[in-house]
Amino acid sequence: MLEALEYTFIQNALISGFIISIISGIIGSLIVVNRMVFLSGGIAHSAYGGIGLSIYFSLPMLLTTSLFSIVVTLFIAILTYKNREKLDSIIGLTWAIGMSFGILLVDITPGYHADLISYLFGSILAVSSDDIMFMSSILFVILFILVCFYRDILAVSYDTTYANLRGIRTRIFYTVILLMASISIVIAIKIVGLILVIALLSIPTYIASRFASSLLEMMLYSATFSSVFTVVGLFFSYTYDLSSGPSIILISSLCMFVQIVFEKIYKKTKNKIH
Amino acid sequence: MQTLNNAIDIKDLYFKYDEEFVLKNINLKVKEKDFLTILGPNGGGKSTLIKLILGIEKLHKGSINIFNKALLKERQHIAYVPQNTNVNTHFPIKVLEVVMMAQNCMKKRFFFYSKDEKIEALNALKKVNMQEYANKKMGELSGGQRQKVLIARALFGNAKIILLDEPTSSLDILSCEQIYKILKKLNACITIIVISHDLSLVLKYANKAVYINKELSFHDLSKMKDEFANLNSNTCEIELLQMLGRCKC
Repeated sequence: MLEALEYTFIQNALISGFIISIISGIIGSLIVVNRMVFLSGGIAHSAYGGIGLSIYFSLPMLLTTSLFSIVVTLFIAILTYKNREKLDSIIGLTWAIGMSFGILLVDITPGYHADLISYLFGSILAVSSDDIMFMSSILFVILFILVCFYRDILAVSYDTTYANLRGIRTRIFYTVILLMASISIVIAIKIVGLILVIALLSIPTYIASRFASSLLEMMLYSATFSSVFTVVGLFFSYTYDLSSGPSIILISSLCMFVQIVFEKIYKKTKNKIH
Repeated sequence: MQTLNNAIDIKDLYFKYDEEFVLKNINLKVKEKDFLTILGPNGGGKSTLIKLILGIEKLHKGSINIFNKALLKERQHIAYVPQNTNVNTHFPIKVLEVVMMAQNCMKKRFFFYSKDEKIEALNALKKVNMQEYANKKMGELSGGQRQKVLIARALFGNAKIILLDEPTSSLDILSCEQIYKILKKLNACITIIVISHDLSLVLKYANKAVYINKELSFHDLSKMKDEFANLNSNTCEIELLQMLGRCKC
């Protein structure tokens, strides 16, 4: 594996892997505590509309998909401000419309589109320097928002009514959380693909939630686990010539399974002792 | 004798969802240090009245004044304690963090909490006998303990009025008694307003009651203070409502 580090594409893969691990650690935690996992699935699949647009009009894929997802997310946010019970229906709607729109646009675009497969299953080994710049900028913005508004985000996520009473602009922060989630999902699609993006955002967060006693700890643990899974997944992918996205996710799933088994055994042993 | 100011003054309040009036011609004065309970059937408008006092819903007609000033100017004096069943028990958050959440304002946003904030939060927890749980996760506490933490959060914000929405729902009798005893102790300097379905318990501690079923009737419980003090959980609801009827003003 060490000799592989001489290749630029492996270097890019590792750098982008670390960036997306930190982003998914932060955003995955926010998605889980705000019970928005289904929403992340909706954004991921509706992002296909953006992919279709970029293919049809020959536009930069990451930027076009990000902008398309921002529009979809704003649509979801505005429609669910007053009534979050409607969230599921709205997500189902955007999920189906976004995908259908994307598929039809790809259908009417002449030629074969190899990029499309990479967006379904991820292509961390094809990450360019421009992509890394884009990902770094997004990471910087997310960290800036988090450092400046951590308490507001915590309050809105934990108890929206109370946050509202304390004068926090809950609608703005709800929208900010949704927008950060949508951009992060689009970037994560580049790494593990549209089909596996929810797993990347939720598996490390689930494991982190077993150890963390605060939201900040959950984000830090989740980012650390995510980084380890990405590096180990990449190692397997390179060594055994496997697809990188599914390798990363399978390593994550295996660790989650081991953690669950150990936790059960620990609890049983503890109960027997007592 | 000391004359107490109006903590809350509601005049000619009307409120409707869609075309149907949920609250009609509501007039209510709550004095400082009152312990008021809001009673009534489900859908009668109790929670709506609380939401209007908190400023979450906008009233269609009438006015609400807090300490003789418009509601929006004095909203910082009001704290709200939700039902503990509304709390997300899987959320990774420590007790101390929940209490310090009350401090959220424009200037306090960064990760770290100051020493003064922690001391103040510990003091609030002490008032509800929960200081030794400060570093525990909220999800590890029982329902009664979580409710006490939410009361401590209300105290941390230096509120003068605390509104509680069914604070003893889904709690055992012992925890219910503990919660009401804490509220009674706090009532020495804070106005308490409680929505409750637990008639036998709340009538023992409150000094005033309002019964809301779209319209409002006011009851001065001090008229039958001794009878209410001896209530127990075996007293049937019909009997309690009859006793309440005798205190109607």
